[in-house]
Amino acid sequence: MSIVGIRRARNLAVVALATLMTAFALGLLGSVLYTLVGNGIAALSPTLFTESTPPPGSDGGLANAIVGSLIMTGLGLGMALPLGILAGTWLAEIGRGPFADGVRFLNDMLLAAPSIIIGLFIYVVLVVPMRHFSAMAGAAALALIALPIIVRTTEDGLRLVPNPLREAAAALGAPRWVAVVKVSWRAAFQPILTGVLLAVARISGETAPLLFTALNNQFWSTDLNAPMANLPVVIFQFAMSPYADWRDLAWAGAFLITLAVLGLTITARLLTAPRQRTS
Amino acid sequence: MPVTPEQPARDALFLGASRLATWALLSLLLAILLTLVIGAWPALVEYGPSFLATDAWNPVEDVYGGLGALLGTIVTAVIAMIVGVPVAFGVAIFLTELCPWPLRRPIGTAIELLAAVPSIIYGIWGLFVLAPVMQSTVQPALAATLGQVPGLGRLFSGPPLGIGMLTAGLILAIMILPIVTTILRDVFQTVPPIYRESAYGLGATTWEVVWHVVLPYSRTGAAGAVLLGLGRALGETMAVTFVIGNAHHIKASLFAPGTTIASTLANEFTEAVGDLYTGALIELGLVLFGLTVLVLGAARWLLARTGLEGKAR
Repeated sequence: MSIVGIRRARNLAVVALATLMTAFALGLLGSVLYTLVGNGIAALSPTLFTESTPPPGSDGGLANAIVGSLIMTGLGLGMALPLGILAGTWLAEIGRGPFADGVRFLNDMLLAAPSIIIGLFIYVVLVVPMRHFSAMAGAAALALIALPIIVRTTEDGLRLVPNPLREAAAALGAPRWVAVVKVSWRAAFQPILTGVLLAVARISGETAPLLFTALNNQFWSTDLNAPMANLPVVIFQFAMSPYADWRDLAWAGAFLITLAVLGLTITARLLTAPRQRTS
Repeated sequence: MPVTPEQPARDALFLGASRLATWALLSLLLAILLTLVIGAWPALVEYGPSFLATDAWNPVEDVYGGLGALLGTIVTAVIAMIVGVPVAFGVAIFLTELCPWPLRRPIGTAIELLAAVPSIIYGIWGLFVLAPVMQSTVQPALAATLGQVPGLGRLFSGPPLGIGMLTAGLILAIMILPIVTTILRDVFQTVPPIYRESAYGLGATTWEVVWHVVLPYSRTGAAGAVLLGLGRALGETMAVTFVIGNAHHIKASLFAPGTTIASTLANEFTEAVGDLYTGALIELGLVLFGLTVLVLGAARWLLARTGLEGKAR
């Protein structure tokens, strides 16, 4: 075979392999979604939203877990949001030098930490002294996971704001805080909101940090000082169980969570899309 | 805006609040490290470095060794790399060099979205879909082929249980695929078009452009993408917990159940009684923390050098 023939053949082989791998990867990931949607829709029913998790063998729903997840995600976000935005603002607008670099580095470490480690930390500092699992502890764990994401996206978003805007504000005699609140924050609103949405998407699907903080609760409870049901842990426990009706509920829960997470992620992407097109 | 006496005070208030938030963030992080060390103290004192030298794990007799979990963590992550990284390269090459333009965005977006799917979803899929297939088809086939090779065969021997180290590694491979692919694609796209076009203009084939132009140019970023996938695989908890089987003893066969640090914590932590048991588990957590921070730190550093730092989330 001529050299050109060998080169063509080799090229064809690699091109075919890459195409095949893409088909394979998309097929696999498609299979994950297909199984999820198939089993999830089959298990959907109105009682899912009205009844609490049942003992094995009887009818029930996921109402307590859905509400628990909403409460803890909301509380976690409520704790992480002000802290994260303020710290991110400080890093972008004010912080210079080794201290800021150090904080940035540690924030990256927190971002990199496996979520189960966050659960360990909250267990040692909140659950052990309180002597029981609680929704508060679960929300704190989720807050710690959302926090570094919000700090990072706030800082990145504010860095996109052109400096002349800040200079203009200063030239008009605006104090620093007015320049930040009315100019920088407003200009960076979209990227910050995107980051917050991604953080919510991330924490609403987190299971590991809730395992030994909020634990689970078979009954309806909105008591923040007691264990609280939540979708991820219910899915985990029910999927691992030998009971068919529990497994069906696990699939329904998995379907709901994926729907919520993908919905949030797509919204976040749509928010940033117009900006990318104009730039 | 008129300069009023209260403006400087408000300024100080705002700056003070943001500075306080930064300090709070800093102290939280230090608190995490400190707390883990204090929590692990009973085990650290009892065993010292020999903790990671044995796989003896017996809560009844209060004897703990972390080697089984550490090895399981590394072995499953390595399987994920061996299987997942070549596929990720294939998909990224397809997306940047071969894919028809109208399909690039949809396929790229679909893969990015899959990176957002929570790990518990992959876990439940692994338990109900992948594990049965592994048990009925893949593992017997592997035992009949690779299992017959002298030496290597020991890795693929034993009863096909469906769950175990191999299945956990494969689930991890599927989980890291979207994130590694997405970053590889972004890295490949940093290659200036003029380089590609020059190579094509000289008559290079697609493969030659990839091998001689794209890959050398994006070496650093590609290494970062792979390390990022490794970091994810090491710390992944739920997907692994579903399919690994939770056994601390080290077995030669990849078909056998094993455990990883993260899945040990998920399975045993709520049931742990006694300072030494809890301490041993927290020490495992500390080891995992160190490992992932090291790997992901390296990934971030490599990606920062290619100007893709923001992608390393």
